[in-house]
Amino acid sequence: MTAQATGTDILDVAREQVLERGVPLTHEQVVAVLRTDDDRLEDLLALAHEVRMRYQGPDVEVEGIVSLKTGGCPEDCHFCSQSGQFTSPVRSVWLNIPQLVRAAEQTAATGASEFCIVAAVRGPDERLMAQMREGVAAIKAAVDIEVAASLGMLTQEQVDDLADMGVHRYNHNLEAGRSYFPQVVTTHSFDERLDTCRMVKESGMELCCGGLVGMGETIEQRAELAVQLAELEPHEVPLNFLNPRPGTPFGDLEPMGSSDALRTIAAFRLALPRTILRYAGGRELTLGDLGTRDGLLGGINAVIVGNYLTTLGRDPKEDLALLDELQMPIKALNETL
Amino acid sequence: MDAPTPAGPVARPGEPAPWCGQCGEDLTEADHARCVRAAPLEPPRYCAHCRRRMVVQVIPGTWTATCSRHGSVEQPTWG
Ligand code: SF4
Ligand SMILES: [Zn+2]
Ligand SMILES: [Zn+2]
Repeated sequence: MTAQATGTDILDVAREQVLERGVPLTHEQVVAVLRTDDDRLEDLLALAHEVRMRYQGPDVEVEGIVSLKTGGCPEDCHFCSQSGQFTSPVRSVWLNIPQLVRAAEQTAATGASEFCIVAAVRGPDERLMAQMREGVAAIKAAVDIEVAASLGMLTQEQVDDLADMGVHRYNHNLEAGRSYFPQVVTTHSFDERLDTCRMVKESGMELCCGGLVGMGETIEQRAELAVQLAELEPHEVPLNFLNPRPGTPFGDLEPMGSSDALRTIAAFRLALPRTILRYAGGRELTLGDLGTRDGLLGGINAVIVGNYLTTLGRDPKEDLALLDELQMPIKALNETL
Repeated sequence: MDAPTPAGPVARPGEPAPWCGQCGEDLTEADHARCVRAAPLEPPRYCAHCRRRMVVQVIPGTWTATCSRHGSVEQPTWG
């Protein structure tokens, strides 16, 4: 019987089930959390924070990201300014190796332990794999930082190659719950995404797998994304709030409201008690400074600092000062090794 | 840094820069309120001098915008 059917308060249920026993919320329960009123938001965030502190501790993992190959992607993810199928003003460009090393140095200078190299592709070709091989080696020779990658769908051989290069974590998002996915992407399937995620997990690389919210999905579909992510048991879930990009099919959607965004953070934490939950894109627009703090006190335990792939972020000094004030130490590099 | 303007970088300060770096429209005609709001979180995409779409590279601490005619501008995004 469900919490709702028995009239039990969902936050009481979550406290007993997730906080005390470490059992993630089910789909139905995540829906109930996402439907709680604004006057419960403070209690909800406090509970999600307790869960995060108990199962993940106070540390915050800090990461920088960079686009190795920008724009001109053949896929049609409706939120993405890098798709070559839309009339976005983003032009195609490759980063060279010295620039890639410089990006890693800028990231390391913030105290970050993670640097993720991203390419706007369906999957890597020979040229991209060669660039990765050279780039990862150059970064490892010059900068003390863990290297992660996000290069689209992989073959088994490419998974093995990346692991051999020393890429320790691979990002491949589900983007949306299975039932909403066809409204978001038509050039590849949800199952193709799952295949890459599973291969990455089996290889021993850490899987980073998240998605976006605020793309017009229903509450049920948003909850579906949370539980389908939980089923994959990723090491990390990056949570993006849609930043509507001019020229894309989702370009005219309104950014998500901050209460909704915070409720979503807490609900994802309660569905994923033992997973790193990262603020990824869109937080500046959706949450602003105050909301950034509320999210860090509501389930988030990782951030991206500095600029994003095609847009700009906050000054990392502001984020780091906030972490300091909240007494949340930056996860040290050696703890991630 | 100065208050954000939608014009984006002026690669050649002496030359006229009539185009909005954010949306590529004429600065004296269209409404650029959204562009002004967007500017702190968006690098410019259009050359302010000639309206060409620029090649823009964003890395964690800087962005570089290059117009094939008017050259490159690099700006740090934190001090
Ligand atoms: S595959 Fe990645 S880069 Fe390509 S359109 Fe989708 S989100 Fe954008
Ligand atoms: Zn404009
Ligand atoms: Zn120009």
